[in-house]
Amino acid sequence: MDQNKFLSKNNFKIWSKLGMRASFGIIAQEISQKEKNLIILTADVSTSAGLDRFKKKFPEKYIDVGIAEQNLIGIATGLSSEGFNVITTTFAPFQTMRCCEQIKVNLGYMNQKICMVGLASGLVLGNLGYTHCCIEDVGVLRSIPNITIISPADSAELAKALLASFNHKNSVYIRLTGGSGIQQVYEEDYEFKIGKAISLKKGSDLTIVSSGQMVGEALAVSKKLEEKKIFAEVINFHTIKPIDENMIKEFVKKNKLIICIEEHNLYGGLNSAISECLAKLENTPKMISYGIDDRYTKGGDYDFLKKKFKLDANLIVNEILLEIKNLKNNE
Amino acid sequence: MIEKRKKLSLMCKKIRKSILDTSLAAGASSSHFGGSLSTVEILVALFEEILKYKIDDPLWEDRDRFILSKGHACLGYYSILAEKGFFSKKELQLFEKNDSFLLGHPVINKKFGIEFSNGSLGMGLSLGIGVALAAKKRKKNFSTYVLIGDGECNEGSVWEAAMSAPHFQLNNLTAILDNNNLQQTGTNQEIMTSDSLAKKWSSFNWHVVEIDGHNTDDLIKAFNIKSNKPKLILAKTTKGKGFKFSENNNDWHHKILTKSQYDIAIKELNGSE
Repeated sequence: MDQNKFLSKNNFKIWSKLGMRASFGIIAQEISQKEKNLIILTADVSTSAGLDRFKKKFPEKYIDVGIAEQNLIGIATGLSSEGFNVITTTFAPFQTMRCCEQIKVNLGYMNQKICMVGLASGLVLGNLGYTHCCIEDVGVLRSIPNITIISPADSAELAKALLASFNHKNSVYIRLTGGSGIQQVYEEDYEFKIGKAISLKKGSDLTIVSSGQMVGEALAVSKKLEEKKIFAEVINFHTIKPIDENMIKEFVKKNKLIICIEEHNLYGGLNSAISECLAKLENTPKMISYGIDDRYTKGGDYDFLKKKFKLDANLIVNEILLEIKNLKNNE
Repeated sequence: MIEKRKKLSLMCKKIRKSILDTSLAAGASSSHFGGSLSTVEILVALFEEILKYKIDDPLWEDRDRFILSKGHACLGYYSILAEKGFFSKKELQLFEKNDSFLLGHPVINKKFGIEFSNGSLGMGLSLGIGVALAAKKRKKNFSTYVLIGDGECNEGSVWEAAMSAPHFQLNNLTAILDNNNLQQTGTNQEIMTSDSLAKKWSSFNWHVVEIDGHNTDDLIKAFNIKSNKPKLILAKTTKGKGFKFSENNNDWHHKILTKSQYDIAIKELNGSE
């Protein structure tokens, strides 16, 4: 695999148009040329994971276990213990919660290593109801030792995360969010390290932290604030566990307001991870968090649900402006 | 044949003695006594006659893999591992002690012959399928053996695994079902009807061999049957086998062994052939 060609501007652009799910299959094809020991396991989701071509091209590297996620993790662990680099994939709720105990025992307790890819996490399948939305995966997995959790900001970061997961010391959960035509965050290759958050933009008025597809929303918020001469730092916490505590310690020194945007329940996800760190520090700024406020609502399309939970740049900007006004009045 | 039978019988006696010693050493920590005793002949047949392994090279890549999916039955498992020299018999005294590597359910330790951690029921067969698939993909000749329980078959995940092994044509995989007909709080019939186990596994397209799970001749014969399907050995066993006070007495599922009970058991063991 020609790494430069693979992680090229052109590919980044194409993948973003396709969205994370479809590009996962394409990225997997490229990676399989480099990773001789690769095996991908799915639970009857080859099409949804964009793996139909992979399945045809590399039948020896593809195993479908049927709709049986507990068996999926067990078989993946058995293969991994024999030296294979294993990726498992299915829709996020089934990839994480249906087989949660297998993840705990096989990957956490036993510390066997696989890479799990949770498809269509967050709210993107809102039309299908909350059986298929996934607002709990990060919270559930964050409580299990030895599991690293990554929520890529765009398809390019998904490629970087997949590559990094092979050299990582323990199991990785990669959480895919958003539909097709997601906002492209990275236009060209960059340095990606598991556990190291990335400052995408400097700003001295407030800090916006985010992960997954919401990073695009965070950038949109900062752009709108700029029009009002308010400058936000934007940080991509692609790794939610382990959280980059050094980055948190840095940004709390600089700004008076923190905004956290995530497509997850406010309990258990990025908001919780950042809050847990802030609680250990002194004189930290106020944090306002946007996410799912611990409820199951009526369903609807992605945009409808994002607006319902204020995961929308316009709504967030208006609230930030008010907050900044209040902060100034109190000074 | 008679010599072999004698040797195996002697080993079974040793393992039962070791189970008694280890249970006694566990003191106030109860041990899973009954379900361990039902597995003794299965383990002895496997470790004495069937499994390929090297004590001086426990990670030998062509070794057969054994997985104790009914992980609570580890007394017999630890005993045979110690008896064969994977670790010293003295270590058995550490059973369930603080910081011990021999807990009440096996913890992965390949150097000591423990391929995976088990204890949460219904997980071992899937692990075995992954290992057996790896052997096929690598064109390796080793076999994989998974010991499961009948109570364990209440778990839905067992049937996910049962469905998939024939689908993947894993004729290098053998599951042994310790069918002692008792689970934690009652008979299979009382807790969750699990009759027709042979029919159930056959209908999932396994090669089923039903035998007396305390007869080492039958066990060895069953293990040696060649099949183009994954094999399920339905081992009819007695929970608590070997001692009058524990046979078919479910109080001994998980219980403290007192010194006086130990003495009675030792007497009975020494009196047996």
